[in-house]
Amino acid sequence: MAKDDITKSFKFIGTRPNRPDGFEKVTGRAKYGADISAVGMLHGAVLRSPYAHARIKSINFEKAAKLDGVKAIITRDDFPKDREGEPLKLLENTIAGEIAYYDGHAIAAVAATSVFTAKEALKEIEVEYEVLPHVIDVDEAMKPDAPIVRKNAGDFSVPEGSSPNVASYIEFGRGDITNGFDKADIVKSGLFKTEAAHQGYIEPHACMAQLDHNGQGEMWVCTQGHWYIRQMCSEVLDLEASKLCVTPSEIGGGFGGKTTIFIEPLALALSKKSGGRPVKIVMSRSEVLRATGPTASASMDVKIGMTKDGYLTAGCVEFRMQGGAFGGSPVSEALQCAFASYNMEAVHHIGFDVLANRPRAAAYRAPGSPMAAFAVESLIDEMCTDLDLDPIDVRLMNAVAEGSKSSYGPKFKKIGLIETLEATKEHPNYSIELGANQGRGVAAGYWMNHGGETSVSVSLAEDGSVNVSVGTPDIGGSRASIALMTAETYGIPYDSVRVNILETGALGFNEPTHGSRATLASGKAVYEAANQTIAEMCRRVAKKWQIDPDAVYWENGYAKPAGPNAGDFTPISIKQIASEMDQTGGPIAGHHESSIRGVGHSFGVHIADVEVDPETGRVTVLRYLVAQDAGRAVHPSYVEGQFQGGAVQGIGWALNEEYVYGEDGCLQNAAFLDYRIPVASDLPNIDTIIVEVPNPDHPFGVRGVGETGIAPPLPALANAVAAATKVRLRSLPMSPTKVLKALKTGNDGC
Amino acid sequence: MQYHTPSSFSEAVTISNSADGLVKYLAGGTDVLVQLKIGNNSPDHLIDIKKIPGVKEIALREDGGWTIGAAVSGVQLTNHKKLSREWPGLVEGMELVGSAQIQSRATLVGNLCNGSPAADSVPGMIAAGATVSVVSSSGTTEVLVEDIPVGPGLTNLGTGEIITAVNLPKRNKHEGDAYLRFIPRTEMDIAVVGCAVNLSLENEVIRSAKVVLGAVGPKVEVATPAAECLLGENLDENILSIFSDKCSELAKPISDKRGSEEFRKEVIGVIAKRAAKKAYDRALGNK
Repeated sequence: MAKDDITKSFKFIGTRPNRPDGFEKVTGRAKYGADISAVGMLHGAVLRSPYAHARIKSINFEKAAKLDGVKAIITRDDFPKDREGEPLKLLENTIAGEIAYYDGHAIAAVAATSVFTAKEALKEIEVEYEVLPHVIDVDEAMKPDAPIVRKNAGDFSVPEGSSPNVASYIEFGRGDITNGFDKADIVKSGLFKTEAAHQGYIEPHACMAQLDHNGQGEMWVCTQGHWYIRQMCSEVLDLEASKLCVTPSEIGGGFGGKTTIFIEPLALALSKKSGGRPVKIVMSRSEVLRATGPTASASMDVKIGMTKDGYLTAGCVEFRMQGGAFGGSPVSEALQCAFASYNMEAVHHIGFDVLANRPRAAAYRAPGSPMAAFAVESLIDEMCTDLDLDPIDVRLMNAVAEGSKSSYGPKFKKIGLIETLEATKEHPNYSIELGANQGRGVAAGYWMNHGGETSVSVSLAEDGSVNVSVGTPDIGGSRASIALMTAETYGIPYDSVRVNILETGALGFNEPTHGSRATLASGKAVYEAANQTIAEMCRRVAKKWQIDPDAVYWENGYAKPAGPNAGDFTPISIKQIASEMDQTGGPIAGHHESSIRGVGHSFGVHIADVEVDPETGRVTVLRYLVAQDAGRAVHPSYVEGQFQGGAVQGIGWALNEEYVYGEDGCLQNAAFLDYRIPVASDLPNIDTIIVEVPNPDHPFGVRGVGETGIAPPLPALANAVAAATKVRLRSLPMSPTKVLKALKTGNDGC
Repeated sequence: MQYHTPSSFSEAVTISNSADGLVKYLAGGTDVLVQLKIGNNSPDHLIDIKKIPGVKEIALREDGGWTIGAAVSGVQLTNHKKLSREWPGLVEGMELVGSAQIQSRATLVGNLCNGSPAADSVPGMIAAGATVSVVSSSGTTEVLVEDIPVGPGLTNLGTGEIITAVNLPKRNKHEGDAYLRFIPRTEMDIAVVGCAVNLSLENEVIRSAKVVLGAVGPKVEVATPAAECLLGENLDENILSIFSDKCSELAKPISDKRGSEEFRKEVIGVIAKRAAKKAYDRALGNK
């Protein structure tokens, strides 16, 4: 698309080769978490609380311990007693101490010689509970007389007089809000709600762990980030980090949910207690839904002022988000994303992180942004409808651009929101005529992206092929994109590069594949490391030619004399340099370690067309368009895959996915049958437009693309349903029950 | 747990009658194996009926009706052209159960014996006037399908009583059936409400009708007063509206994670109306 100064003519970037890990994955040969086994291995199983909130009065596992084949049983007593702060929260969430805080909270774990025996042993463990009052809903938890989830949970930021369930408070803004609303021709406000959703990765959590009495151990685990696993397990179990070696398996999806620990410390503790035998734990789907980290539920007030021409004059939000029993909802990120797409003189943000008797929220694709987008983009759409303004034009009028000061502070460098809006407007989907009961919705979304701690190495093999070692597990095709960037850097074929994901002992600390960072950060680091090896190759060639190293340059896989003054030498290929390494100074390798900066912010705009069955409230998505700025699409197929995947998860969240709790505070739909992720036949083809406004701070212009795509679907679908029915739903999911009620009564669901 | 593979139904009955503890039967296993895996039940005896001769056969009887063996899979029904042409409503009910993989194993009889009020194939069988052959130590009896379920997960089959086959009556001209369900998604889901309608016409006027409602009570229910609204009528919008209201009125649903009582009462009327239209069109000979 857009060409500009940092556009080069690329040889490999922008092509679509097969992913290096593809063959193994489609033939079933790739090893995922549950595929790892070892000699003498035991199987672990976890006993979980059947109550939303209960005091654990006693645990008796005498009978269970006597079962044939049971080798170890652990409770909280087997963990360190001196943890505090975040490690204590991690430990509490891993295994309950005095109190079980949510339905599914781990109480005890067993290791036995078979899965069957381990599960039988769970049935023999006697736990005496005293059931305590619970709270599930975020607004209920905010009430002064709400059941207290955890005493003294609030930090310094919580204002006096708040509910004891408020864990933290955040407030920021700029400009004169009163003046801003005064300038508006219309001011509109609304209450919006979203329910908790799960990432729904297809691979349940699984790990195998081994830990000796002396604190030396190993772990094989399905994770987005094995250094995080190492760090958290070390903190929870009081181990020396370097003594624990963590190797990641292939990963069947994570979406943020596999950036923290759940079963991993249990497997380590069971191994230690059973005398160092390896212990494997594999979660069931029901355990995944009950006891891992779904995203927060949210209750949000929004107020926006707009002139009759469509200029946004001011905006206020108050977001209340429930992130489970230990806090940690993404309310801060949600606030940062709320008005990030728009130039607004006056904005004000308030946020509450609230506790409830639910599992501890983990990250989920652009954490917080989808909820914020739902509230803000829905209200803007209502105002566009009231004023009869084109929703894309209004967004274009207010869109942030290079140099804009974002609603949460930082000044934007080069960004592509305007280009993305323009591309969307020109797409045929925006002008297709709609029929009866059909409607079209437009919404924008934003994610800031993340760089993060990164450590990589690159080494030249003796035949001139290249090994790249990274620490970011490949979830969405990052091996392919990193291999393409490596091939581009050296000017050697894509197939001559092998990208390996290494264990924790082999590289410095790496943050997980999160924040849309793997291609951006590992790619940038690999570029730096590869250039070190190129410099070294040039030095060796210079020595051979007996000229200054500066007089040698690298092009298309060859060291060449820099010009006629350098001398008349025949270029030397990487193959030749590699074959002579042992004679010229030994192995050639490069490495790079840093906290990668210069992330490219990514904006997306979606258009959804829906049809609503007026008699049943059922919403059918007719067609769907994603346009997003990728900076540079290194491998366009995987960029499109990210766009489509984000859209599908957003569609699910908007229409049918939700955590359903009973009066008893227990999760009622802990299975994919009733936790309704869209199936393939629920979805139209998801059309995509890759907009390329290169990130000036990345050698190839890359922006993270993984997360932005989940934010716009929530409001885009709400806006489409409103257009189709003339009824506005302000509560997700827009399940048939809720839509039909809205059609009959006008109730917005809140 | 003991696993048995009897080679005749009388042997199966003998095993069942002499067994201690919980006995479960295995045909397709698409419910039983899942229940086993999640630990909902752990039978002491699992009797696999698939080795019994004839259980996977679809036979046309001399009286023109069909006998469908207890282990006939959904795919077998779908692929049977004549049966699908005569009883499209019954077959489409079965087809809605699970995925393609499930269809290659799941059976009508298993769906019936699982006892779910939301079972997709059961309303169609009842609307068709189907019976099941029940074998026990005292011989074989024929029981109406609607008399089998008694509540969620419960049937009135006693120890040593085993269903061997489903029997469908002869299909005549100007008859048609249909089954529709409501789910929030497009497949791989459980009926929030379901309705089967079977009609026979005389000069485009409804001569007989059977209407069966699913997932709006503790078991699949025959809605006789709703069917009576249709008699002597040729299904104009007015009658459809009366019929729809009647079905809503007869429905006694609960609120649960799959839908509210209010929603189910409303939507059963809509689905029943649409099913009646479809059955009527089929009876007329329209597609």
